[in-house]
Amino acid sequence: MAETVKNTIINPETPDGIENQVLSSLPARQSPWGRILAWVGLFTLLGLVAISLVRGQQGPVAIGQSAPDFTLTTFDSQTIHLSDLKGKVVLVNFWASWCKPCEQEAADLEAAWRYYQERGDVAFIGIAWTDTEPASKAYLEKFDITYPNGPDLGTRISQAYRTTGVPETYILSREGVLAYKKFSPFLSLAEIKAAIDPLLEPVNTPDAMELPGGIEVDK
Amino acid sequence: MVANFGYGALVIAFLISLYGVFAAIYGVRQKAPAWVESARIAMLLTWPLITLSALSIIFLLVNNHYEMEYVTSVTSNSMPFYLKVTALWGGQAGSLIFWSWLMSAFASAVTLRKWERDREFLPWVIVVSLVTLAFFILLSLFVENPFERLWLAPSGEIAPAMFQPAGATLFTPQDGQGLNPLLRHPGMIIHPPMLYLGFVAFVIPYAFAMAALITGRTDDRWIRITRRWSLVAWLFLSLGLILGGRWAYDVLGWGGYWGWDPVEIAAFMPWLTGTAFLHSVMIQEKRGLMKHWNMVLIILTYDLVIFGTFLTRSGVLSSVHAFAQSAIGPLFFSFIGLTFVTSLALLLHRWNELKAEGEMTSVFSREALFLLNNLLFMGILVVCFWGVIFPLVSEALGIVGQNVPALANIFTGQKVTVGPPYYERATAPLFAGLLFLMGIAPLSAWRLSTARTLGRAAWKPLIVSLVIVVIVFALGTRQWAALLGFWLCSFVSAVTLYEFWRGSMARHRKSGESLPVALWHLAGRNRRRYGGYTIHLGVVLMAIGIIGIEIFQTETQGTIPVGGQLSLGQYTIHYDSLANFDYADGRNVSRAVVSVYKNGNYVGELHPRRDYYYESQQPMTIPGVRSTMEDDFYLLLVDWQPISTQSATFKIYLNPLVNWLWLGGIVFILGTLIAAWPDKDPEPVVVEKRSPQVAQARI
Amino acid sequence: MGVQKMASVKPVVWSLIWLAIILLVLFVMVSNVLAQEPTPASSEVTDDQVNAIAKQLFCPVCENIPLDVCPTQACAQWRDLIREKLAAGWNERQIKNYFVEQYGARVLGAPPAKGINWLVYIVPPIAILGGIIVLYRALRSWKAPAGFSAAVSGQTGHVESTALPSDEYVRQLEEELRKRD
Repeated sequence: MAETVKNTIINPETPDGIENQVLSSLPARQSPWGRILAWVGLFTLLGLVAISLVRGQQGPVAIGQSAPDFTLTTFDSQTIHLSDLKGKVVLVNFWASWCKPCEQEAADLEAAWRYYQERGDVAFIGIAWTDTEPASKAYLEKFDITYPNGPDLGTRISQAYRTTGVPETYILSREGVLAYKKFSPFLSLAEIKAAIDPLLEPVNTPDAMELPGGIEVDK
Repeated sequence: MVANFGYGALVIAFLISLYGVFAAIYGVRQKAPAWVESARIAMLLTWPLITLSALSIIFLLVNNHYEMEYVTSVTSNSMPFYLKVTALWGGQAGSLIFWSWLMSAFASAVTLRKWERDREFLPWVIVVSLVTLAFFILLSLFVENPFERLWLAPSGEIAPAMFQPAGATLFTPQDGQGLNPLLRHPGMIIHPPMLYLGFVAFVIPYAFAMAALITGRTDDRWIRITRRWSLVAWLFLSLGLILGGRWAYDVLGWGGYWGWDPVEIAAFMPWLTGTAFLHSVMIQEKRGLMKHWNMVLIILTYDLVIFGTFLTRSGVLSSVHAFAQSAIGPLFFSFIGLTFVTSLALLLHRWNELKAEGEMTSVFSREALFLLNNLLFMGILVVCFWGVIFPLVSEALGIVGQNVPALANIFTGQKVTVGPPYYERATAPLFAGLLFLMGIAPLSAWRLSTARTLGRAAWKPLIVSLVIVVIVFALGTRQWAALLGFWLCSFVSAVTLYEFWRGSMARHRKSGESLPVALWHLAGRNRRRYGGYTIHLGVVLMAIGIIGIEIFQTETQGTIPVGGQLSLGQYTIHYDSLANFDYADGRNVSRAVVSVYKNGNYVGELHPRRDYYYESQQPMTIPGVRSTMEDDFYLLLVDWQPISTQSATFKIYLNPLVNWLWLGGIVFILGTLIAAWPDKDPEPVVVEKRSPQVAQARI
Repeated sequence: MGVQKMASVKPVVWSLIWLAIILLVLFVMVSNVLAQEPTPASSEVTDDQVNAIAKQLFCPVCENIPLDVCPTQACAQWRDLIREKLAAGWNERQIKNYFVEQYGARVLGAPPAKGINWLVYIVPPIAILGGIIVLYRALRSWKAPAGFSAAVSGQTGHVESTALPSDEYVRQLEEELRKRD
């Protein structure tokens, strides 16, 4: 771009030109606060993103961690506190009526419940995740499910467990510690039993915590 | 075989990049030009190597090598040839190779220019380019490897890996999963390359900026050298964004061109800083001000470009949450963190040498208005960035609530959505402010302007724009936001067209050329200015389209049988018939024939359809659209409801003025081309030779 | 040579403050334009009435997809839920509150202004204000020392800051202009 340049940088009439040139070449007044602010700002920003990454990388609740407590109001208007169930082995299953894979395990879960029900030291809890009440109730009726089920109000419970979808099953030991998790439907009643039985053994047996099935995260 | 070859080429390219970095640094430190030259050659060598690697991938894609995990994930037997080739950037792993290929191409192009006057920049430009390139190749080698094969483990599991795991055998599926049907639109084929071209090109000005900081050459030399690079980068980025909007409008099926999705915002943010940068460097060139700020802007643009590269729709990381959960997140975060910290340290180190050379003389001068322009762009950037990371941050801070029960109500850690309502409300006034500035900035002069001179220049366009608004009001528009928007658009158009007219008239009087010829020559001589004005006109047209669709859009939905009718405003549709058949490329098509009537008069026939892709089991709804400059009649088959002759559910969107958006986009790109076009030889320049005393006084 | 200097920085500050005020006012006002009012519930609930509300809600399961265009079965159930509630005479606010209660705050398009979510709405205006303050300080620092008067050159004042010897300087300048790219 050709533009003519009038390049009288210093007004020829003022002999002070040199002095001003020198004056303006002095370093600008150093402001340590500016620097500090810049670094603080940058590190706050990076810090915020870092925490989010750490949280994102956390993944779901880990085996051995104490399971997050929750309160569930069932479809029959009963209130269940997870902490009240300490001493029992608890199976927590997240499902939804619109979830096709959930239907695969629904019958097996109900059968497992009937198998363990009389013992009294095993609890099954079903949590309907982002579901609508009529559709949930229809699902429960369809599979004749008798163990307590309730909606995850505000998706608070699933967020506490950092679930990533449905179906997901978490089995807690008698101490309320997460012992087993499965992120796909159970394939058979035997599989469910194989996951629960080891937890029913007396606590002072050293290998009570060893799980034959291990962690199954097949997604 | 081919895969190993491609991977090997990539490994060599990586090693050569690392060598280049060290050679360049060593050469500068030891003042040994031979080493710097060696680094330059290393730089040039990376491109042919990465080309070989990319060609290997294309070969594997085209020949259906489904034992390669990437090939399986993005191609299938039924895909046409051209889609298989472009599947190179259909997934994250291939996109990264494509990115590296572009980076090495651009960096090589830069190293091939004449370096006589800027010898000291060369090593550092090489270092920055190669470090960036090495990072991306590193990701391709170890994290997102397109050359991984599928192996069948003895346990029955199928997992991808580069080299054979113990006891596993190669697994070759019969067919691939195929590219997501949403990505098979022509817009989606050129949109990623355009975006990547824009992203990669912005690395070059950054490299020069860092070179300027490191060598201490803090004048505006680095800006001049990279002026065209920046403009070209911005051209491709803008084109990529516009194409993305067009793709969304055509294909995503909800008649919207921009959803404020974090993926879109991630590509938009570098555009914001890039635009601010393009304006702000003009201040540095004209007045010697804003040196620190220009550095900050280019650093921001670079890091936002890296961020935007990862958060793409076609990749694994199609959402911010997915990004946070992936393996790539921490890696890329470390890279951005390191480059940010390094750049800031360099900038602070040279802070005092970047002193301003002039003074801000008037708050109405053009440089002051450009400052305001930058402030508004930064405001929009803050809104966007904060909106994108806030959900992540608020979730993460939930841990405070968990550990400090007293604060549990505040730090709930609950997931939240930051969506269009937030972005629209927060950015609308800022965009309006920018429109206003587009109108008054051409009227102000560099260095000098007062409210009076501005007022004098502005009153004519102001009158014209008010007249137009009165007409619009008289035609029935009552919404105040629309009126304000139309006023701003007409004001800016009046000012800009007046500038064109004034310049042409002046030239016409001086040279006797006819007005059109005068305009042509005028634009030819002052490409940046008149290209810029054309871009502004493009923006105004786009604004008109946006006002139309955002404020005046109407919609309706209804279920009707064949022979039934559905109305929206002046339009009525008749459902005539339905056809259902299979296409050769693996999809089932339900195609409705619908007649459209406006005010009772037949205006056309539309064919909305639902495509169901067998292999991915994904339905896609393709609208039937009747486009005029007045509005778009956008008709969809609702694909989650049954579609039959007994009943089909139609959704109609009426989008007034939306085609002005696309027209504006074309004018926009045209303007950028004008601004970026290389100049002819400049006219001979008259330099006043001053008296020797004054010349001495300069020292 | 009369060069217009900034007599004081006050005009700048005032202009910027006015700008900030105007922007804030617009910020608040624009929200009214973009909100949609649903039609009152009638005996038969139309798709449009459902969509008017569904448009403002987001799918709790998929990310960033509004409820009126989400194709999944879950979303279809939720739209039916809205239809039910509308038929029962609920208004928009009640339905939205119900959804938040059931599915959490993420169904809304923007976080409800409670607790930490206030930050979403506060940070951008504060940042812009911060920018204005930085601008103000920068403008002050660009006031040159007294006595220095640059030539008035209208549109095209260009300043070179190299400190090269005089003849060299002129020659460089000429060369630079000729090679202007």
